Amino acid sequence: MQRIYNLQDLDDLRAEIKKRPQGKAITIAVCNGTGCQAYGCGKVTQAFMDEVTKHGLDVEIKPTGCHGFCQSGPITVIHPDGIFYQRIKPEDVGEIISETIMRNRIIQRLLYEDPLTLEKITYEKDVPFYKKQMRIIFGNNGFINPRNIDDYIAIGGYSAISKVLKEMEPEEVIGEIKNSGLRGRGGAGFPTGVKWEVCRNAEEDQKYLICNSDEGDPGAYMDRSLLEGNPHSVIEGMLIGAYTIGAPKGFIYVRHEYPLAVKNISFAISQASEYGLLGKDILGPSFSFDIEIIRGAGAFICGEETSLIASIEGGRGEPRPRPPYPAQKGLWGKPTNINNVETWANIPLIIDRGADWYTQMGTEKSKGTKIFSLVGKINNTGLIEVPMGISLREVIYEIGGGIPGGKKFKAIQTGGPSGGCIPAAMLDLPIDYEGLTAAGSIMGSGGLVVMDEDTCMVDVAKYFLKFTVDESCGLCTPCREGIKQMLHLLTRITEGKGKEGDIELLEELCQAIKDASLCGLGGTAPNPVLSTLRYFPEEYQAHIKDKRCPAKVCRPLIRYQIDAEKCVICGLCIESCPEGAIASEAGESPTINLDKCIKCGICLDTCPSEAIIVQ
Amino acid sequence: MIVNNQEIEAKEDSTLLQAASAMGIVIPTLCFHEALGPHGSCRVCLVEIVNGARPGLVASCTYPVEEGLVVETNNTKVLKTRRIMVELLLARCPDSTKIRGLANDLGIAEPRFDKENESCILCGLCVRVCREIGINSVGFIQRGTNREVTTPFQKPSEVCLGCQACAFLCPTGAIKFEDVAEERKVEKWKTSIKLQRCSSCSRPFFPEPLQLYLKEKELLVPENIGLCEVCRRKSLGSRLASILSRKSTV
Ligand SMILES: Cc1cc2nc3c(=O)[nH]c(=O)nc-3n(C[C@H](O)[C@H](O)[C@H](O)COP(=O)(O)O)c2cc1C
Ligand code: SF4
Ligand code: SF4
Ligand code: SF4
Ligand code: FES
Ligand code: FES
Repeated sequence: MQRIYNLQDLDDLRAEIKKRPQGKAITIAVCNGTGCQAYGCGKVTQAFMDEVTKHGLDVEIKPTGCHGFCQSGPITVIHPDGIFYQRIKPEDVGEIISETIMRNRIIQRLLYEDPLTLEKITYEKDVPFYKKQMRIIFGNNGFINPRNIDDYIAIGGYSAISKVLKEMEPEEVIGEIKNSGLRGRGGAGFPTGVKWEVCRNAEEDQKYLICNSDEGDPGAYMDRSLLEGNPHSVIEGMLIGAYTIGAPKGFIYVRHEYPLAVKNISFAISQASEYGLLGKDILGPSFSFDIEIIRGAGAFICGEETSLIASIEGGRGEPRPRPPYPAQKGLWGKPTNINNVETWANIPLIIDRGADWYTQMGTEKSKGTKIFSLVGKINNTGLIEVPMGISLREVIYEIGGGIPGGKKFKAIQTGGPSGGCIPAAMLDLPIDYEGLTAAGSIMGSGGLVVMDEDTCMVDVAKYFLKFTVDESCGLCTPCREGIKQMLHLLTRITEGKGKEGDIELLEELCQAIKDASLCGLGGTAPNPVLSTLRYFPEEYQAHIKDKRCPAKVCRPLIRYQIDAEKCVICGLCIESCPEGAIASEAGESPTINLDKCIKCGICLDTCPSEAIIVQ
Repeated sequence: MIVNNQEIEAKEDSTLLQAASAMGIVIPTLCFHEALGPHGSCRVCLVEIVNGARPGLVASCTYPVEEGLVVETNNTKVLKTRRIMVELLLARCPDSTKIRGLANDLGIAEPRFDKENESCILCGLCVRVCREIGINSVGFIQRGTNREVTTPFQKPSEVCLGCQACAFLCPTGAIKFEDVAEERKVEKWKTSIKLQRCSSCSRPFFPEPLQLYLKEKELLVPENIGLCEVCRRKSLGSRLASILSRKSTV
């Protein structure tokens, strides 16, 4: 690789890349994200390479990062038309090359079928999952081989840092970021421009930048997918931050369980360094910046900024009291600007296209887009990028394709383990920082878990509390002792041992834990309980007063019975029951011995005539 | 600043707790000690900031004073939340006299939560004092509800001096030292420390490693080295006696 010494060199290189013969007419983008790898995309990619060589075709095979629709993996998009093939096996590859590439014929079998209309869809842009999305950040994943810096440069990468170095003073950059309204994507939604300004104005020679890619929320993987699929956008964002704030050194804190993200970002750093886009004298003599990767051990609390800093310093991953804030006194006591992966990835776009363009997307106080991971009881799962302010209804029914099995939507949990549950009545709520907070939830890092009518909300609250009890660092009293006691109370309620006054005691605890905890983990941990108490009080009452679980989830509160009218006396349930709890008198329909029944539900699944009822 | 409706001036770099104490306002604390760094773990010292950009409850022992803050140390919200903190700690350590006393002061008879039978409230004073003297013989392990203070790998400490500073600071009496024959034993740290004999009466009395530590730090008065408390008093006594008797004969 040739080193780039100045802005002109970079422009020349970009022009040269665009002219290269590899700018082939047809590109087959094969997703090589972690999700598709689990489905075996490695073999698919190899098969494509072999076929192309075999036929001597002028086609580029591009292994890319995640496209978001991981449930349909391995995914392939054939450019320039955007033909979308999914669930591809290595055996399909020969046919794709001979039919689609060589004869221009679409293979119906490999197309995505809309589960609602049963219509086959040919082009990526028409897949309902993508239609309502606005993929300004995440969409580039589909066009870039993350192991090739030239791909990023070809789509305009590193032009934002050029612009900054050429014509912007640090104050102007801060002004632009402030005007864009960008707010931190790591959870709290703090205005990024303001944070940068505090750190820039801190009077110290040594300053640091940190990219927070700890991403501890279960089920969330947007940051991982950005680092895997478009690592240079994060590096470019950090370069702009480094110039603006005056920090010569940055760290990317990424969890050890993300091997592909670690590999791709390491690779990207070394390629950028070879080009001279990292290190000394970047694009000219006056700007230097280095990035070091720190691998975290995967504790949820290490995503919290002060714990993350303690962890980089080599101490226990435990929060420190704020103030002082990291921007004043952070890593090794020096002013430190810490931002989330997605926040960093927004920066080059804002600089490139301007705050005016950026502010056209979103709501009054939440601008731009947000990447969410959409999971749970929903037809289409995966990563989605949508404009701020989109309604829950659009996300669930248009992008998500609704609830499977004809079930009713009950609630959506946003914001990860310390977010809240929002009920069906609020489907038209616009998703932005203010809207979610007012609804008793949070944006968090962007988890969306959809729940259907078979979900017990008390059980859900208990589930999330279990997570926070396990992940609390245990430093402060309210979080360590308080959440544990809340979990005891909830467990009793789901066992039918709840008593009058429990709800009031829960509410009192929630408030105290929120107010008194040292860090945000304790400060938000009561949200699942508070929000379910607020929107589903009758469910708590049913458990406590009537000793009944309306969703029929809490085992101690349900009973299995056989409806003799419906029973066809086949005897299958008798054989299936692992406890021998089902027996029948000669020729009669069987009955369940409730003392022996362990409520495993196996008979329910076995019965061919829906004669087993749960009460 | 305004604290409890009274205008005050506080020293820069001091905490809300220090500022309040200087005014004679009493705020209960458990994990705080003026000689040790801040920890902010017990949350008993909560006060409320009622104005500014970030209003809400804060731990007064860690929160730095700031120009123009309006703080209330004893309002209903503060008391209510402080009470729950103490109630939670009482549920954890129902046998601790210190916690019981604090609970009584706040009007809590019995905790409404499931009781446990712990003696340690994880205030970290022992860990911090041991770090402060440069020994680091104990620390925290695990997280969340499994968090404990203990020695490295939960094995007998190889570096404990037997100085008892931890036991002296522990608010709940969870650390107990006992001198048995030639050893000083501390069950909480699973450790025994050899005692050195008094050079005069030959009674085992002083931890050997502590003697070395004090020597190294030049904290020992030379004539007292090796003498037990009783013999030291005796030697002082005999010296005084001889001086006095000389005086009286003059
Ligand atoms: C318990 C806890 C976990 C957190 N985990 C993450 C995380 O995984 N990733 C992240 O970017 N921010 C996380 N945060 C938020 C960070 O503390 C911090 O606010 C954020 O990294 C700032 O970046 P931003 O301004 O770009 O959002 C967490 C906060 C808390 C309290
Ligand atoms: S709130 Fe929880 S995670 Fe945060 S410091 Fe306290 S115990 Fe640790
Ligand atoms: S499986 Fe169903 S139909 Fe068959 S015996 Fe059991 S309850 Fe009756
Ligand atoms: S042993 Fe005592 S001093 Fe040490 S943490 Fe426990 S309560 Fe605090
Ligand atoms: S990993 Fe392939 S679409 Fe997400
Ligand atoms: S005394 Fe302030 S938190 Fe313990």
